Amino acid sequence: MTDATIPAGASPQAKDSLLVPDARTRKRNASEARFRAYGLGAIVIAVIMLLILLFTIITDGIGAFRQTYLTIPVTLDAQQLDPSGNRDPEDLKKILTLTYGNMLNGAVEGVIAESGIQVADLTEKDVNDLISKEAAAQLRNRVLANPELIGQTVESRVLVNGRVDGYYKGRVSMASAALDGNTSPQQLQLADALKDAGLLATRWNWAFLSNPDASDQRPEAAGVGIAILGSLYMMLVVLFLAVPIGVAASIYLEEFATKNRLTDIIEVNISNLAAVPSIVFGILGLAVFINFSGLPQSAPIVGGLVLTLMTLPTIIIATRASLKAVPPSIRDAALGVGASKMQSVFHHVLPLALPGILTGTIIGLAQALGETAPLLLIGMVAFVKNFPSAPPEGLFDPASALPVQVYNWTQRADPAFIERASGAIIVLLVFLLCMNLLAIYLRRKFERRW
Amino acid sequence: MKSAKFTVSALAVIAATATVAGAREQIQVAGSSTVLPYATIVAEAFGENTDFPTPVVESGGSSAGLKKFCEGVGENTIDIANASRAIREGEVEACAAAGVTDIMEVRIGYDGIVFASDINGNDFVFTAADWFNALAAEVVQDGKVVANPYTKWNEIRAELPDQEILAFVPGTKHGTREVFEEKVIAAGCEETGAAEVFAAEKADEDAAEAACMALRTDGKSVDIDGDYTETLARIQSSPNGIGVFGLSFYENNTDKLKVATIGGVTPSTETISSGEYPVSRPLFFYVKKQHIGTIPGLKEYVEFFVSDAMAGAGGPLAEYGLVADPELAATQQAVADEATMAK
Repeated sequence: MTDATIPAGASPQAKDSLLVPDARTRKRNASEARFRAYGLGAIVIAVIMLLILLFTIITDGIGAFRQTYLTIPVTLDAQQLDPSGNRDPEDLKKILTLTYGNMLNGAVEGVIAESGIQVADLTEKDVNDLISKEAAAQLRNRVLANPELIGQTVESRVLVNGRVDGYYKGRVSMASAALDGNTSPQQLQLADALKDAGLLATRWNWAFLSNPDASDQRPEAAGVGIAILGSLYMMLVVLFLAVPIGVAASIYLEEFATKNRLTDIIEVNISNLAAVPSIVFGILGLAVFINFSGLPQSAPIVGGLVLTLMTLPTIIIATRASLKAVPPSIRDAALGVGASKMQSVFHHVLPLALPGILTGTIIGLAQALGETAPLLLIGMVAFVKNFPSAPPEGLFDPASALPVQVYNWTQRADPAFIERASGAIIVLLVFLLCMNLLAIYLRRKFERRW
Repeated sequence: MKSAKFTVSALAVIAATATVAGAREQIQVAGSSTVLPYATIVAEAFGENTDFPTPVVESGGSSAGLKKFCEGVGENTIDIANASRAIREGEVEACAAAGVTDIMEVRIGYDGIVFASDINGNDFVFTAADWFNALAAEVVQDGKVVANPYTKWNEIRAELPDQEILAFVPGTKHGTREVFEEKVIAAGCEETGAAEVFAAEKADEDAAEAACMALRTDGKSVDIDGDYTETLARIQSSPNGIGVFGLSFYENNTDKLKVATIGGVTPSTETISSGEYPVSRPLFFYVKKQHIGTIPGLKEYVEFFVSDAMAGAGGPLAEYGLVADPELAATQQAVADEATMAK
């Protein structure tokens, strides 16, 4: 800059043209170029890492949204299902899934014979293991809900086992099946033949979003239904507790409290709490809510309370910042026309601070949604098969949560659960993305500039 | 004001529902991650075939489960603790101190511990002595105690392949580690004769025993604190490694892992139940008898678990890799009688 302002010829040393930069300028330009390159490099590395992460999750997890089903006619033999012949629900319940399983196996054998499928060295085990163990339970529930089906032949769409399903998703090959104790190349050939006959198809799997978890023997039936519900219940608790408490606390601290040593200490503590590792809140939750208050284990209410504690500092800090950002002239004007302090706050300051509060709240909720560590200690990392009932009672029923479901599935022995875990991550990411988009939208829509 | 009212009413709603929430309906189970898959299989079948809700099964490890179990009696404590080892005396005392006096011990069967390596790697025929020589901190050479000098398997015994020693063993928080130390390392210590040399050289018996069990810390033996899935991932990234797995985990991943034999015996549910394959351990769960009658379905669940249809030789648990208990009938009888542990 200084070089440029000196007129050429005024200084006897300046013989260079302005258009040819001297050594110092070149050096400064070079350092700027380097800095830009570093910045660009950092962003490129971050973007590449993110893309790799997303790519692996999506390629691993997309399979969870598709599932292979076999459509077969099953004859519900009245002799076996209702020996007493009175269709009494209590009697029907005595027939266990084992009977239904055998009936399904018979149906598969029937279909194979009917469509004339010939597979060399096909064992009975290959045929019986083709369909999922979940199928028998589903058929039993269907019959119990609808006893007049007994004696009829019903068209049933049943899940096939995880290995055969994996074969159509590229996870299992003929070569790996030969080594695998849980499937065999013959079983896969049988599946191929059934596919050619139009009975077996891989289709979109809504059940992944609505089914509960399943045991290690039936990965094909596992879904994130309870986990989504559990996460939703916890977010409800956080929303109904953390927002009012957090906003009230910030309004008091920012607008009403006198600034003295005590409020300074409180302020420092709130900032500190925001940085406390989340597992600490889990330990606190176990001690206070479960051991002292006697709330049930594995319940979304306890998870919600723990996450409320964790989210409060975030909400308080965001709310205070947005209250501070409202210009003092607004308060002065309100007071000037005769409003009370409270009227000025609730009628003028708070509405103007609302976009910031909403953004802070949603970001706090998103953080709480992805939190696993505190839930480990309060028994949410559990196998839960029954859906919780509707709130408020449902808040006390056992439930799982999305991040802990991911954690849970990565520990399972069957490789099919890797796909399920990645699928659950995709669901979690979609939820987080939606919440963050909502935060951005609200900020854009209500933002005021002075 | 609105917001303050809102807060108060929200708290009131929570408080009101807290009192409404009645008795617990479902069974709560926690404990060993080895027993977890079996427990979930049984819980799922139990929920499907009875009118009782499906029990909630948590993992977290045998010790953590038993600690929770011993917290006391009442609806906000768990009913059953799964364990891959027997309950310890100290834990029984802690239980008694908290009022958990009547504990039923139920042995569900046996779990084999297998050594497996990458499917494309070398074949291994191990003896317990090989494992002691490969992994112990100190071994005996020519009658003298020396720091473990072996770096390759074929240095230990010429028949073993020319491959770097690298083992992924369960971390100390796992019940599996205890079994591995006892049935493999300590047995190898005896087999090689190192135990006698240690006994002669070390100050006392405890020090000699500790010397037998001490694993080398130069990176050849890697503790895995996570689950078997982590061990599998480590083997896939370093194919020279040999991992310690549960039999059921191996059986679910036979397309990626090759199992090693011990003394020529291939691990399987048959060889383990016949006793030919030496490395196995019993699996248990512990039931709070005081909760029977309070928690609906608790006794039914326990009976269902040990029934022949579930835990028997042809049942789903055996299919998943559990070695059925030959004395299952005695266990069934004990459960029917609600027999508690001797005090």
